[in-house]
Amino acid sequence: MTRVGIPAGLFYHYYYPLWKTFFVDLGAEVISSSLTNRQTVEKGIAVALDEACFPIKVYFGHIQELNELGPDYLFLPRLVSVEARSYICPKFMGLPDMIKASLPDLPPIIDMVVDMSINSKGLEQEIKRVGNIFTTNEKAISQAFRHGREELCKYRQLMQTGFSSSEAIEIWEGQERLLTTSADLQLGVLGHGYSLYDRCISMNLIGHLREMGCRVKLVETCSQDEIEKAAASLPKRVFWTLGRKNVGAALHMASDDEIDGLVYLACFGCGPDSMIKEFIERRSNGKPFLGITIDEHTGEAGLLTRLEAFCDMLRRRRKIDFESNLPPYGQYACGSENSL
Amino acid sequence: MKVTFPHMGNMHVALKTVFKGLKIESVPPPPITKRTLELGVKYSPEFACMPMKINVGNFIEALELGADTIVMGGGWGPCRFGLYAQVEKDILKDLGFDFNMVILEAPDSKISELFKQLKSLGQNVSLLQALKTLKLAWNKLDAIEIVEKNLEYFLPRVIEKARADKLYQEAIESIDRADGKNQCYKAAFEAAKAMQELPTENQEPLKIGLVGEIYTILEPAANFEIIKLLGYMGVEVERSIYLTDWISAHLFGGYIKKTDHKSIIASAQPYLNYWVGGHGQETIGSTVGFARQKCDGVIQIAPLTCMPEIVAQAILPTVSVKEDIPCMTLWFDELSGTAGIQTRLEAFTDMIYRRKYRASNLKEA
Repeated sequence: MTRVGIPAGLFYHYYYPLWKTFFVDLGAEVISSSLTNRQTVEKGIAVALDEACFPIKVYFGHIQELNELGPDYLFLPRLVSVEARSYICPKFMGLPDMIKASLPDLPPIIDMVVDMSINSKGLEQEIKRVGNIFTTNEKAISQAFRHGREELCKYRQLMQTGFSSSEAIEIWEGQERLLTTSADLQLGVLGHGYSLYDRCISMNLIGHLREMGCRVKLVETCSQDEIEKAAASLPKRVFWTLGRKNVGAALHMASDDEIDGLVYLACFGCGPDSMIKEFIERRSNGKPFLGITIDEHTGEAGLLTRLEAFCDMLRRRRKIDFESNLPPYGQYACGSENSL
Repeated sequence: MKVTFPHMGNMHVALKTVFKGLKIESVPPPPITKRTLELGVKYSPEFACMPMKINVGNFIEALELGADTIVMGGGWGPCRFGLYAQVEKDILKDLGFDFNMVILEAPDSKISELFKQLKSLGQNVSLLQALKTLKLAWNKLDAIEIVEKNLEYFLPRVIEKARADKLYQEAIESIDRADGKNQCYKAAFEAAKAMQELPTENQEPLKIGLVGEIYTILEPAANFEIIKLLGYMGVEVERSIYLTDWISAHLFGGYIKKTDHKSIIASAQPYLNYWVGGHGQETIGSTVGFARQKCDGVIQIAPLTCMPEIVAQAILPTVSVKEDIPCMTLWFDELSGTAGIQTRLEAFTDMIYRRKYRASNLKEA
């Protein structure tokens, strides 16, 4: 049986059920690397270039791990655009070339171009091309892809209920997961899914917040309409798919009184995040905002301290409503003309 | 209305001409100094790339001088330059500045759209006059590039480098003052002739190709004046990007000036097979081009965290081995230690000098 390797990084968190179903239906065996762990990270940062962002470096680690398992093909799609007039990120557009240049001894690569920036015709051809590696039956190929899309839909419905992508993939593969329900704070947690939902890359940010008594609201729990409506309030359409989702969800959450605060997880050196975070900070109407930047450092305690401090602040803010009107630095702290 | 704009190398000369011709008062930002960068760094997002930080500094300094309208470029990604203007506007408004922002954005790189937007800026200027103005601005850019190219050629060769540098400065100033096509070219060719007459050293200089991100290549303040640094070390530099080439290829579809943009993109195969935004593919394509022209080395420069150039950097080592050309990447951010850059450039040129010398020795033996 032909073995296809899918690295468990980057868009694994968005499309794994689609890809897996597609290849399995075409009669291939799908193997993927283990979830990100310290070894993946070490392997990745050893070969990837310094300037790349952390999830890209980790992806290099996943590919090396997969390579050791000896698959017949490596599936490294070139994700240019997954919707009209939007892109993912320049690094994704050049990713297969970056990998080929840095890791020379790889099995044959299935380098599928996903570019729907103008229409989906190109994608249909690419799917046919990739499917032809396994079968010449065109009907079977399009059926496998349709089945994949159905599975993707199921998976997305799971995420709408509040599971992170890692949890949703586990449930999709047949494991059981429960969402904690006891919580006194409600936080909007944002970031690129491939770093936020990866428990190793994000240092389990979502898990820690839940342990601290927070209910976590993610981008996927907002509806498409809510996101697009809020994102449309920006002076220009954000041309990164994930960036627009994040900024739309954040601004939507900022106008929601039930949400106590926003947490944004960014990766050091992320281009879209540098602009998106600025929009959110400046346009979220004073909603408490915590920006966390991660790279390959391993100091989890630093992260915990900041999360605890943020939660403490939010709880106190609720108790002493008056205090939230005082800026910590401003001239009003000692009283001004119009107040005490 | 007092219009200002961001700096990018000698582009201000052309823009001043455009606004003057459109009968709009312009307030060019003061030359980029340490203060410009400090202001930009202070108010821009931490991970924004360097050009944005310099932009913000430029705008603050120009607004302080009384400008009330900012003209800025735009784009549709995937490079983050497409969102510069919007984020910059938010930053400056939050700082309390009162101004208008005109964003020149060609939706599909159509010059007609751009022209319409330019026209909306203009007051009562006839189409003919506007066209004339654009033509003069183009002539100025072209003349400046003649001077720049001559400096790049003669600086490493002449003995009195400061003289060549001074001739260059004077020529740019007189092109800036010129109000006719002939005056521009006259200044350019006179400077070129004067440089030619300076006494030269005997040895043929090393030649390095400079590739990378457009702003970092065109703006000396963003690259520690790398072209002059190398020139003073006796190294000739050829750039992958000249402003007129870029304008011609991207705004006029290659009609007004013949460029080899297509062949550069073709040379990027098979190393980088897809467009990655910015100048990522051009960086790889030009490196291959320089290698085939027998340049002695290639230096890639870009602002830290530049996404397209990161892709290019990952691929550059493979190009370096396969095309047999030494390559080095330099990232620029707000760090301002020239000595560090100087040392790295010296080490690189020493290395390629030795490599070239040894190769020619081996052939003789």
